[in-house]
Amino acid sequence: MATQKVKRKSVSYAKWGYIFILPFFITFAVFTCVPLFSTIYNAFFENYLIQGWMQVGPNYVGIENFEKLFSVDVNLGKYFYNTFVMWIMGFIPQIVFSLLFAAWFTDLRLKLKTGGYKIIFYLPNVIMAAAMGMLFSVIFAPGGPVNDVYKAITGSTESIMFFENEWPLRGVVALINFLMWFGNTTIMLMAAINGIDPSLYESAQIDGANPRQTFFKITLPLIRPILLYVLITSLIGGLQMFDVPKLLTGNGMAADRSAMTIVMLLDNHLYSKNYGMAGAISVILFVVAAVLSLLVFAMVKEREPKKKKAKAQAEKGGTK
Amino acid sequence: MAYSADVVGAKSNKRSLLISRTWCYIVLTLFAVLALIPFFFLVINMTRSHSEITKGFSVIPSDYFKTNFNNVMKHAEWKMLNSLKNSLIVSGCTAFISTYFSSLTAYAIHAYNFKLKKAAFSFILMIMMIPGQVSALGFVKLVGNMELTNSFIPLIVPAIAAPSTFFFMKQYMDSALPLDIIEAARIDGSGEFRTFNKLVLPIMKPAIAVQAIFTFVGSWNNYFIPALIIDDPTKRTLPIVIALIRSTDYARFDMGAIYMAIGISILPVALVYLILSKFIIRGIALGAVKG
Repeated sequence: MATQKVKRKSVSYAKWGYIFILPFFITFAVFTCVPLFSTIYNAFFENYLIQGWMQVGPNYVGIENFEKLFSVDVNLGKYFYNTFVMWIMGFIPQIVFSLLFAAWFTDLRLKLKTGGYKIIFYLPNVIMAAAMGMLFSVIFAPGGPVNDVYKAITGSTESIMFFENEWPLRGVVALINFLMWFGNTTIMLMAAINGIDPSLYESAQIDGANPRQTFFKITLPLIRPILLYVLITSLIGGLQMFDVPKLLTGNGMAADRSAMTIVMLLDNHLYSKNYGMAGAISVILFVVAAVLSLLVFAMVKEREPKKKKAKAQAEKGGTK
Repeated sequence: MAYSADVVGAKSNKRSLLISRTWCYIVLTLFAVLALIPFFFLVINMTRSHSEITKGFSVIPSDYFKTNFNNVMKHAEWKMLNSLKNSLIVSGCTAFISTYFSSLTAYAIHAYNFKLKKAAFSFILMIMMIPGQVSALGFVKLVGNMELTNSFIPLIVPAIAAPSTFFFMKQYMDSALPLDIIEAARIDGSGEFRTFNKLVLPIMKPAIAVQAIFTFVGSWNNYFIPALIIDDPTKRTLPIVIALIRSTDYARFDMGAIYMAIGISILPVALVYLILSKFIIRGIALGAVKG
């Protein structure tokens, strides 16, 4: 009788679990699942406007949209390449300096005063990316402050045309990405380094290891999972690069589209209501993002049980 | 770099420590300057007139701040004040419902045992990283079919399903919400929903505050989706206005007003950030542990 009662009780609580997760899943189904399926569905139809008013389609065309994307006219690979190049140009300095700063900030011997630096380093991250793009577009403009300083130093009368040349343009995008994310990465890595058992450092010090050795032999191997996490999440973020290059270049046409990202191309097709092509781009983007997401998922998942085990052990130890 | 000055046995050497410390501070200050310099340009140029700005850069502020501000505020096409209001409404509501429902979802996974619990949790983790852009096409069509174009609803309501906010809340509950408390509330006769609102939410306050800030900032800065949903000039949010300014031939525009418009959309968030920075940075570090 008693057991039956307990059983009934737990069943009635389970109901609340379902009720409480319901809003999340309904919202997700309506605003993400349905749109996702309709996006995929659209990828197999030709459906666009000629000169902005004459509707063509929707007609089922199979994988024609995908073939078009990889044809020489559209050359989707170019936009993937642009996105990747601008991401990596920002990411390499980002990870190098973040590691360096995280190591400094957590160095017990140096005892740096870090509060103010952390605040300043993270500041660009809270700024509207669109406004950052806009701001840099005026700062790096031919009559902007950067060119003023350049002219004053070199005595040149010619401005550097940052936005009309491939690499300077990509460089500015990468610089903004770097500025926006290095603070965030520094703080993440700091948290990871602070999570390392201090006794490891103590014993290394007793064994006569110098700071360089402790960094490369202890810190770096132990924060490898977080480094990998930072890498993949940054890659997924990079894949979505849009606001900064869009606002920097106006329409993406600058410097022979060399700063036009994959999402900018998608946005162009959405804007001109070429739904077939937009759908096909979305599907490819989805596949790439899904593969990367699975990696992150596997990493997060892998750490969950470990943590629980450690917790359980700690609790066991506590009761003893 | 700084490490090269330190060799074994030199750790007690105060001078070498001082040198490495100075080194670190120089490099760090350099990067702090790099991070701040765009804002320095911005603030200075907000105070200068168009002709002053086109003449070249100066580190000395001028006295056109008020003029620029008034010019931006009464600009008929930008409708800055209106967009500011729109952005505040959208971001405020988004932050509120996102943190509330994420806490609710996390609470369901944290406090109850049900058959699909594990599956639900895994599913949310799995979709955490999928970018919103991939379903943008379907989203725009759906919003069109629902006749919600130019409404704030499609900008706010989807935030109920915010996987990363959920994940943060779940992590926080694991460390700060013991199940005994909930059990005690049940014994006292509190209903499940009441327990969540009156007992769990107050305990979650620090996590909610951190995530509310992040969600607010994210929504405030969001450009991609609003630009596809909104075309009514009175419904524009700030990033749309910034893009609008960019798309006009701004070289002939009043540069003072342009800097001012950027400043108006950036500085409120920057200020709030600076006030709450300690809180926020602790929040990022807390989120980092999840990796």
